[in-house]
Amino acid sequence: MCTLEQRGRVFVLTLTGDGEHWLGHSLIGSIRSALSSVAAAGPGAALVTVAEGRFFSNGLDIGWTGGSRARLGELVQALRPLAADLLALPMPTIAAVTGHAAAGGFLLALCHDYRLMRADRGVFYMSEIDIGLPLPPYFVAVLRAKITAAQALRDVILRGKKLRAAEAKEMGIVDVVCPSAAETAAEAIKLAEQLAARKWDGSVYSSIRISLYPEACRSVGIAEESDEEKRKHFASKL
Amino acid sequence: MDTASLCTVEKRGRVHIITLTGGGEHRLGPALLSAIRSAVAAVRATPGAGALVIAAEGKYFSNGFDQAWARTAPRHLHTSMEGAFRGLVADLLALPMPTVAAVTGHAAAAGCVLALAHDTVVMRASRGFLYMSEVDAGLKIVDFFAELIRQKVPDAVTRRDLLLRGDKMTAAEAVRRGIVDAAVDGGVDDVVTAAVQAAEALAAKGWKGEVVAEIRKSMWPALWRKVKDHGADAPARARL
Repeated sequence: MCTLEQRGRVFVLTLTGDGEHWLGHSLIGSIRSALSSVAAAGPGAALVTVAEGRFFSNGLDIGWTGGSRARLGELVQALRPLAADLLALPMPTIAAVTGHAAAGGFLLALCHDYRLMRADRGVFYMSEIDIGLPLPPYFVAVLRAKITAAQALRDVILRGKKLRAAEAKEMGIVDVVCPSAAETAAEAIKLAEQLAARKWDGSVYSSIRISLYPEACRSVGIAEESDEEKRKHFASKL
Repeated sequence: MDTASLCTVEKRGRVHIITLTGGGEHRLGPALLSAIRSAVAAVRATPGAGALVIAAEGKYFSNGFDQAWARTAPRHLHTSMEGAFRGLVADLLALPMPTVAAVTGHAAAAGCVLALAHDTVVMRASRGFLYMSEVDAGLKIVDFFAELIRQKVPDAVTRRDLLLRGDKMTAAEAVRRGIVDAAVDGGVDDVVTAAVQAAEALAAKGWKGEVVAEIRKSMWPALWRKVKDHGADAPARARL
């Protein structure tokens, strides 16, 4: 379902196979496992998430739910701690969006610090409005944290607009547009190496990310440190 | 330390200019913060004061908190430095006149926050960066810093680049991203002249000072809430 490899300072998490990388219990569990092993890395590391095939991820495994609202609720709740793992990860994170990223898959990409995307294929698509499903509150919190242009947010959530890389870049959702899947992955790894080379302290990086997105982090269950704890840290650094 | 020499106050028409003096880094330690806050209070109390400019001499606007001081100070006093800066931000938010930052040089960490705590920001084009240096220095970001950046830098990508990537932003880049109002060619004096011009134009509007302060505080309510108890306006009992 997914593999984790280390290339120098960069961890590469690959969603394997040609399928839609449905986020069901299995894949969510595998990704969380991989992330927990990565979290122990020292300063000067970075994560790239990439996928094989035509999809980055097509979102929660609706097929498995078989129309059961209870099952859908389960999957929504299962994805939340994975979002938290990413938002709290003590290193820079980059999504190499090499295919379609829809609904939960779009959310997964948004939970990374940076997004690179191929120009030639694949769309970002928040499909819930078209499918007839309301958005879980933590989805909205992450979307609001990462997409701050009002019309962009409206187009994504309320109009279910399908975004190709160039348009996503204009909206501030994608940082770099690359000509092909292979180049997207390669550039993502290069960026990861550059960021890893800054040798940032992982727990400080994670703390700053949480200060940057406090509502999104709260909504996925991450507790922000108190200012007093931060001051203790400041004193210890002098 | 002779606090009077840390900053000067002068008047040009309706505009009052506080200048952080000397060629150093204008580190925001207790002494400088106290001097600036006294100067701000004096401007506030001056009848007919129409606008405030804060500027600096030398290569730096301000390079942030005074860590050298903190290294030698007992830990319980560190909060007094942060508290005094929180108070300065509160005093600027509550100031009954428009405020303009003349970013004449590098503005890093608390120095960057100080610049952005003004209504208008003009910045030297040829030299100097806005730089939230914390990520590189391995320091965490306290709530009111993050809140100020969130309010004044609404774009998610720019905020991330500033805070999570420690980008050193030139004036031109900051203008392009909507954080700074104008990039000014020339030297420190040219930046101050431009800031004074902007301040004079705002003073000329003849806005009621109390209304300026109330509207400003209501524009940034989350930030105001986080700093107000440290401001000069806070009831003496509650003041921290």
